[in-house]
Amino acid sequence: MITIKNLRVNLGGFLLQNINLDIKSGEYFIILGPTGAGKTVLLEAIAGLYPVLEGEVWTDGREVTRLNPEKKGMGIVYQDQALFPHLSVEENIAFGLKVKKCSKEERKAKIAAMAETVGIPHLLKRSPVTLSGGEKQKVALARALVIEPKVLLLDEPLGALDPETRERMQRELREVHRRVKVTTIHVTHDFEEAVALGHRVAVLNDGSIAQVGTPEEFLHHPSSEFVARFALSRNIFTGRGEDGENGHALIDIGGVRLRAVTESRGEVRLSLRPEDILISREPLQSTARNCFQGTVTEIADRGSVVYVTVTLPPDFVCLITRQALDELELKEGVRAWITFKASAIHVF
Amino acid sequence: MGIWRKPDSMSLVFIVLGTLMLLFIFVPLVKTIFSSSPGTLWNTLLEEDVYSSILLTISAALMATLMGLLFGVPLAYLLARRQFRGKRFLEAIIDVPIVIPHTAAGVALLFVFGSNFLCGKVFDGIGIDFFRTFAGIVIAMMFVSVPFLIDSAKEGFKAVDVRLEKVARTLGASPWRVFLRISLPLAWRSIFSGSVLMWARGLSEFGAIVIIAYSASFLGWNTKVLPILVADRFDFGLYYTLPVAALAILISLIAFIALRSIAYRGEKP
Repeated sequence: MITIKNLRVNLGGFLLQNINLDIKSGEYFIILGPTGAGKTVLLEAIAGLYPVLEGEVWTDGREVTRLNPEKKGMGIVYQDQALFPHLSVEENIAFGLKVKKCSKEERKAKIAAMAETVGIPHLLKRSPVTLSGGEKQKVALARALVIEPKVLLLDEPLGALDPETRERMQRELREVHRRVKVTTIHVTHDFEEAVALGHRVAVLNDGSIAQVGTPEEFLHHPSSEFVARFALSRNIFTGRGEDGENGHALIDIGGVRLRAVTESRGEVRLSLRPEDILISREPLQSTARNCFQGTVTEIADRGSVVYVTVTLPPDFVCLITRQALDELELKEGVRAWITFKASAIHVF
Repeated sequence: MGIWRKPDSMSLVFIVLGTLMLLFIFVPLVKTIFSSSPGTLWNTLLEEDVYSSILLTISAALMATLMGLLFGVPLAYLLARRQFRGKRFLEAIIDVPIVIPHTAAGVALLFVFGSNFLCGKVFDGIGIDFFRTFAGIVIAMMFVSVPFLIDSAKEGFKAVDVRLEKVARTLGASPWRVFLRISLPLAWRSIFSGSVLMWARGLSEFGAIVIIAYSASFLGWNTKVLPILVADRFDFGLYYTLPVAALAILISLIAFIALRSIAYRGEKP
């Protein structure tokens, strides 16, 4: 458990201030903010690696604001991994254990178990310089977790990875967290990542926290234009997946059953890009597996593009051009059809 | 292996000028080394004032480098990691010994470390005298050559990602441990090559030493550093000094090449 009270940090030019967070034990907490919002510095301030002007950081009922970083018990993983290049993967992971003066046998056992948890037993003897981005990230994660920190701090851990690796790492990160259950603060600028991983999300904007809540609360009650812009960029649903025909999954998201291409069953969260949804006034004959009728409930003008909300229910946000809006004569209250491919649905 | 192309006029001019530059460096060195027969060199080496001088020069330069490491590396680390007002001014000061006339540096050192002056008195109290002594040679060498070590070490530390140090702190390591296990090993190559440069520069120092310790007693000999020995012998004629000069060049060259090859061991050219 970690509590942050009225934290104030000088970013050299502007301030992070009024940072108040209450993060539960074992929670996966996301801090979402645009690039340059001071997310990395906030993590470093929490870890004691960056000076704090005012405010307090508490872990497990103890004030640790000005404790040296080596005494805080917080592990950090940076976007660029920051593996020690002169040490092997095994020595990297062993670094924190050696400081703690673990016996050699204990060290070996802990490293082996942690390597197993993050899936890198085959990499232990390698030099970090030779690893791929995803492998490096796992090593950095293992190095931070093996000392059993009270809090794990992740600084854009998926940011430096290619899209495919990022998706896989996202799943593995959640899997590792499920096994280790360490209180985690993960900062990112990626809304989808936040929704996919976070139990709760805090949005950082203009140097302070704009909103804290579950991903669902964000989608349905964005507290500001800034949060809404984040929220509009994706359709996010929670549902139950079961087997459909032809190997497709049928996902019930509350009234509507979507066809999706995924192995996941049971409780799932999924996203759909607004630009992947077609709108029409008549049902479309196409290869797309999902076609539903609803009512246009909101039209948000963004210049040359327009966000149209079609309510079935639930609400689907679709992105179309101004021209299409005019041609289809869409306005609030009219009936419309939405169509999208099964493969456009991204299941977390 | 590229395909041979006819060089353009600029490349031709640059190649000619570059070759002349290289010859200007090589010819005097090579000609001096080969001016004396190996037999003559060997006999010169066996002269007492020659080998005592070589020993004195090498050990004094080594001592100066060790002192430079002890005091210079922490300074280099601070300069690489900390931001503070007046840092640029400080960095400029450190390089001053390179640009001032070294005889003037010798005078300046004597003015501070001479037994009648400030630091001289303090050291006199613990039995260290600098005028015409081994210690005097060491501080003269150190003064003129330590900027090479500090600058090189500073660049080495700057190249170490500060996040490596931060991660190490969160893993429980104290600042001391982070420095010894992370920063120092990663900057080692730069520190070592800076040390080699400093040592080599110390070997060749004449100006500052001639003022503060023209000759000194060392292991029972009363001897002087190689550059001064070369100059002394020149008073008796060019051919008298040639073998000593050749030895001085050879020793510096061999040591320099050997140490550099250690520093760059395992690194692709």
